[in-house]
Amino acid sequence: MTSSLRLRAGIVSIALLAAFLGIWHLATRSTAPVATMSPEYAKLMGLTATQGKSAMPGPLDVGAKLWEHLKRPFYDNGPNDKGLGIQLGYSIARVGMGYLLAVLVAIPLGFLIGMSPLLSKALDPFIQVLKPISPLAWMPLALYTIKDSSISAIFVIFICSIWPMLLNTVFGVASVRKEWINVARTLEVGTLRRAFTVILPAAAPTILTGMRISIGIAWLVIVAAEMLVGGTGIGYFVWNEWNNLSITNVIIAILLIGVVGMLLDQILARFTRMVTFPE
Amino acid sequence: MTDKFISIEGIAKRYPGASGATTTVFENLWLSMARGEFCCVIGHSGCGKTTVLNILAGLDAPSEGTVIVDGQAISGTSLDRAVIFQSHALLPWRTVLGNVAYAVSSKWRRWDRAKVKAHAQTFIDLVGLSGSEHKRPSELSGGMKQRVGIARALSITPKMMLMDEPFSALDALTRGTLQDEVRRICLETGQTAFMITHDVDEAIYLADKIFLMTNGPGAVLAEVVENPLPRDRGRTDLHRHPLYYALRNHIIDFLVTRSKTFTAEKPDHDPRNVPVVQIGKPGLTIASSGDEQRQTWTPGTSPGLTA
Repeated sequence: MTSSLRLRAGIVSIALLAAFLGIWHLATRSTAPVATMSPEYAKLMGLTATQGKSAMPGPLDVGAKLWEHLKRPFYDNGPNDKGLGIQLGYSIARVGMGYLLAVLVAIPLGFLIGMSPLLSKALDPFIQVLKPISPLAWMPLALYTIKDSSISAIFVIFICSIWPMLLNTVFGVASVRKEWINVARTLEVGTLRRAFTVILPAAAPTILTGMRISIGIAWLVIVAAEMLVGGTGIGYFVWNEWNNLSITNVIIAILLIGVVGMLLDQILARFTRMVTFPE
Repeated sequence: MTDKFISIEGIAKRYPGASGATTTVFENLWLSMARGEFCCVIGHSGCGKTTVLNILAGLDAPSEGTVIVDGQAISGTSLDRAVIFQSHALLPWRTVLGNVAYAVSSKWRRWDRAKVKAHAQTFIDLVGLSGSEHKRPSELSGGMKQRVGIARALSITPKMMLMDEPFSALDALTRGTLQDEVRRICLETGQTAFMITHDVDEAIYLADKIFLMTNGPGAVLAEVVENPLPRDRGRTDLHRHPLYYALRNHIIDFLVTRSKTFTAEKPDHDPRNVPVVQIGKPGLTIASSGDEQRQTWTPGTSPGLTA
C-alpha cells in the first residue's frame, strides 16, 4: 500500500514536472517571423525581433547550459568567471562558518538561559528586540567594524542563524520533563552530569529542530548577503549574471540554490532523526 | 513504636495563593514509621499525599517542620531513599539496562562498566525482565515499564522506598502481579516502604500500617490503622480472614464520609498523637459516625469492630 502510494506520487510528480517544462517550452519558443526586414537589420536585431522568440530562455537552453556548467564545475577564469562549483563552495563555506559559530554560541548560552529562570527573564527583552532584525540590516555595521566584506558576510550568517537555535535550546532545556529531572535528583546526580545525561538528550530533538530552521535561514540569507558584498559566492554569481543579462545562468543558479538548500535541510533532518526518541 | 526509623515532625506545606492569601495543604503533620514497615497512605486527591512523599524524598521542602530518617534530619534527596514514580519516569532514550545502569553508576561512581552492568542485570532479573534488557521503554508495556522503575529503585539498595501510586496506571491483572512482586521484594530485602494509593484492597494487601488523611486543603492525618492481617498473607485467601471486611469497611467509611467531616467532628484532634486504630481489639478502636451505614452494608461480617 505504502509502496504503491509512493509510486503513484512519483508518477504525479513526474507528470507535473513534464507539464511545467512543456508549458515553459511552448511559452518561450519561436513563433513565425514577425516582420519582414532586411537580412542585415535582422542580424542586428536577433531572434527576439525576427522570429518572435521570447527573451526568456526555454528549458532546452537552460538544460544545455546546465550541462555545460556541470561538465566544468571548477574552472576559474578570473574574478568574474568561475565555475558554479567554486561559487557554491564559497557560499557553503561561509554558511558553514557562520553557522558553526552560531552553534558554538547558541547551544551553551541556550543551556544557561534554559536552566536559569533569572537569566531567562533578564535576557528575554534583548532577545525579543534582536530577533526580528533583518540580518542584512547588520551589514553596514559589520562592514564598518570588521572592515572585511567576507568576514562581514559570515557575521551576517552568524547573527541570522543564532536566534532559532538559541530560542529552541532555551525552550528544549526549560521544558525537560520534571519527572526526568526528579529521577536525576533522587539519584543525587550532579549538575554537570545531569546536564549531559538527562537535559541534553531530552532537549536534543528540540535543539536539532532549531538548528534545522537555522540552516534554512542561513542559506536564504547568504544569497542576499553575497549580492551585497560581492566577489564570490552563488549570490554574487546571480547578480553578476543579471548584469550580464544571462537569464539562463540566473535560472540555473536559482535551481542550484534550491537543490543545495534541500540537501542542507536533509542532512539536519537526518541528525534530528538520530536524536529523536520514541516515547 | 519503639524504633522510629522515619519520623515526620510537624511539617507544613503552604503555597502563596491568589491576592496574597496562602493556601495551606496541610499543617503540623506528625508521622512515624519503624524500620522494615510497609505503610500506605490513603486519602482523596488534593490532601497532600504526594507532597508528603516528595518531602520524604527530598524533592520538595516543607514550609515548616523536619523529617528525620535514621536519626538524621534530611536535606534534599538521597540515594538512601529511592522513588518509584507513578508515571515510571524512565529515560526514553536509554534501554532497560541503560536506565537501571544509570542509577547504579550514580550510586557507585567508581565502578567500571562491567560491574555496573552485572549489578543492573541482577535487578532486571529480579523483576522478571530478563531478555528485555536492550529494549527501549517505548517497546515495553505499562507493567514492564513499571518493573523497570522498580528495578531502578531497588538497584541502588536504598534504605527505604517511596512509591507514588506506582500501579494506578496498570490493568488489574498486571497490578496484582506487581503487587505480589513488590511485597515479596520488600519482605526479602527488609525495605521500609511508603506508598500512596487510592486502592483500598492494595493497601490492605501490602501495608502493615495504613495512614488515613482527611480532605485538603488543611488536611490532617486522622488515623493510623494497623493491619490485623498476618504478615505472610496470601492474595487468594485474604478476604477470608475474619477481620478483613471490618478493616475494609473501616477504611471505606473513612473515605466516603469521615474524610470530609473529621475535622469538624474532632476539634480536639491532636496531630502529635494520632489515634491508632487496631481493628479486632475492642476498646482500642475509635468510634466512627458511619455505624448504621456499615451495618446495613455487611451485616454480621464485621465481628471485630466495636461501635
